[in-house]
Amino acid sequence: MKRNKEIKPQTQRRAFLKTSAIIAGGVVLSNIPFSGVYADEGGTIKIALVGCGNRGTGALFQALETKYKIKVVAMADAFRDRLDKSYDAAFKKFGKDKVDVPEDKKFVGFDAYKYAIAEADVVLLVTPPGFRPLHFAEAIKQNKHVFMEKPVATDSPGIRSVLATAEEAKRKKLNVVVGLQRRYQNCYKETIKRIQDGVAGDIVSGQVYWNSGGVWVNPRVAGQTEMEYQMRNWYYFNWLCGDHINEQHVHNIDVANWVKNAYPVSAQGTGSRFLRTGKDHGEIYDNHTVEFVYADGTVIQSQCRHHEGTLNRVDESFQGTKGRAFLSANTNSGKLWDTKGNLLFNHAGKTDPNPYQTEHDELFEAIDKGEYKFADAERVAKSTLTSLLGRSATYSGKEVKWDEALNSQVNLMPEKLSWDALPKVLPDADGMYPFAIPGKSKVI
Amino acid sequence: MIRPRKLILYLALTISTLKVLFAQEKKTSNYTQNISGVNVKFEMSAIAGGEFKMGSDAVEIGHKDTEGLHSVKISPFWISSHEMTWDIYEHFVYQDFDQTKNLGVDAISRPSKPYLDMTFGMGKEGHPAVGMTQYNAVQFCKWLYTRTGVFYRLPTEAEWEYACRAGTQTAFSFGNDTTQIAEYAWFSTNSLEKTQAIGSKKPNQWGLYDMHGNVAEWTLDQYIPNYYSQNTGKVQDPVAVAKTLYPHSVRGGSFQDDAPALRSAARRGSDARWKRMDPQIPKSNWWLPEAPFVGIRLVRPHLTPSKEEIEKFYNQKPIEDY
Repeated sequence: MKRNKEIKPQTQRRAFLKTSAIIAGGVVLSNIPFSGVYADEGGTIKIALVGCGNRGTGALFQALETKYKIKVVAMADAFRDRLDKSYDAAFKKFGKDKVDVPEDKKFVGFDAYKYAIAEADVVLLVTPPGFRPLHFAEAIKQNKHVFMEKPVATDSPGIRSVLATAEEAKRKKLNVVVGLQRRYQNCYKETIKRIQDGVAGDIVSGQVYWNSGGVWVNPRVAGQTEMEYQMRNWYYFNWLCGDHINEQHVHNIDVANWVKNAYPVSAQGTGSRFLRTGKDHGEIYDNHTVEFVYADGTVIQSQCRHHEGTLNRVDESFQGTKGRAFLSANTNSGKLWDTKGNLLFNHAGKTDPNPYQTEHDELFEAIDKGEYKFADAERVAKSTLTSLLGRSATYSGKEVKWDEALNSQVNLMPEKLSWDALPKVLPDADGMYPFAIPGKSKVI
Repeated sequence: MIRPRKLILYLALTISTLKVLFAQEKKTSNYTQNISGVNVKFEMSAIAGGEFKMGSDAVEIGHKDTEGLHSVKISPFWISSHEMTWDIYEHFVYQDFDQTKNLGVDAISRPSKPYLDMTFGMGKEGHPAVGMTQYNAVQFCKWLYTRTGVFYRLPTEAEWEYACRAGTQTAFSFGNDTTQIAEYAWFSTNSLEKTQAIGSKKPNQWGLYDMHGNVAEWTLDQYIPNYYSQNTGKVQDPVAVAKTLYPHSVRGGSFQDDAPALRSAARRGSDARWKRMDPQIPKSNWWLPEAPFVGIRLVRPHLTPSKEEIEKFYNQKPIEDY
């Protein structure tokens, strides 16, 4: 990959030298991944932010708000304007002691991540999910602890890459926390613990939902290359986003896997582009409904929809042989009833901590104490694959097996990542993008 | 934030000056506001100007130091008989869904699309819209203005309390006896932790529904705990103009609250915690993912400000939040 020309050659060389030095050091340190890593900085944990959008900036704030001695030393983004906006917000809030990112540690372009990762002990990987396999592999290669956002891939080759990297992270004892924050939210932890203790009997069915009015659109701007347009309007392109069944609904699908303590063996479903069909809406669907079948015959129904003006619902329900459960993240709810409808458990969540903050508190506590505690990547890769299994089912209109999804050779990533390179999905003469047609398209 | 402060002071002054000029108050009546292009409407109740005791007596159960009794004079206005519902508000939220687009120019700002379910699973049709920021509520008023040509805004704390009391001086508009409260209000005991359809309880003496409970309602005012003690003598149309994002005053209590928080005099300030679970920076100017209990009631002042004043008011930039 080509360096972005916005970085001056001098900076590039310095960054490269620094990268090499840290990689060399990292090999030695990998045997003792904690002691001495930050000794030269008086115990300060150095972090790098890769992906400076609003969520990336949010994750950076949460990291800096933990109680440990910590500072951000490098930032990377494909776009200079996003990096600047993020830096300005962080600098304004936290000042020079915690935001120590001089001009030559602001890296811009498709390969900026490598240089930023090299500067830090811990990296925050918060770009659109299509880049996660690449960035995660590089972070672990460079012996860094990782916080990364969900989902962790947009296609099957990406999943296999993350699974391989997850193994490597375990071998190197590098902490990896992934932002499926329900896993760090008390209402889920407390309720699902009781489900797994058998309070509702054996779970035999469930329904998980993310039905909302949709998300932002960044329309095409004159002068953009196709690559820049897709990067700016990334939600609507599968190589970057994976469709909303992946990008958002993975939260609820992961809850199903957590409750079942298993992954589905197959899926079938239906979906379409019905209302959101404009030029700036790329190739993703606006609704999916999927039946996920588990090895014990349990069926979990998943529903995700981006239709304005309709019923909103983002929660999960499960039915067991002795009772039923309801979980909702944004009301901090977790409830269990017996089969007669008598309430057995009601989580009082009004004063619960913010799970987005808890993720960082726990990660940085482990790092500060030199502990190896978190290996989230494998299960999040598998929950991401569950979303992609669902997408394969709705796009193809066929029943798809877990192993087919895992082993699919369909690779959505562009051959080359640069501003003048072309992504694989391109608009027709009218500016419309091809999208999956059930029964016709080969999607797996 | 000098501009909005000046503006609102100016509005208040204008209203009072003109009131002196036209000492004989024009009689106003209730009306129904239709919104073209969409089959929704809402009722506006005419409220005559007058003087009342704002705050509560120290012997009132639930009384707080922030509620010191003082005399306030209020100019006439209209207030919506009900809390604003999703049925109306959602047309403002989603541009593509908005069935009221009857103007060539659509110079309004709309909320960012919320990532979360801002109905919080509590229901939509007939239920009060909730979880919006105070800025969002003001921009909703602007959207209504572009659709109706009528200047709507949020009530001041003083207007809100005057309307809630409807001439009473008791803890609630129906008296002091909380055994009656379930006839008038949705609150912690009877709400099942959810908002309920508007207007399904008894109104107060001035025909206003859900002033106590269901959702707490935004006001224009900054929440200043000792604000009342700054107002000595008879105060005309007081308003504490906001200089900071938090706290703004919300009134009336909600489905989550116990009875004392529903009192006519009870005051509450908004809190940064209401936006805690927004995982992005900058945090949204539009949504409060931990405030399913706050909603909107509209006021229309009797005397409409000039077009320039209205535009200045609506075009205030949101107070920055980091």
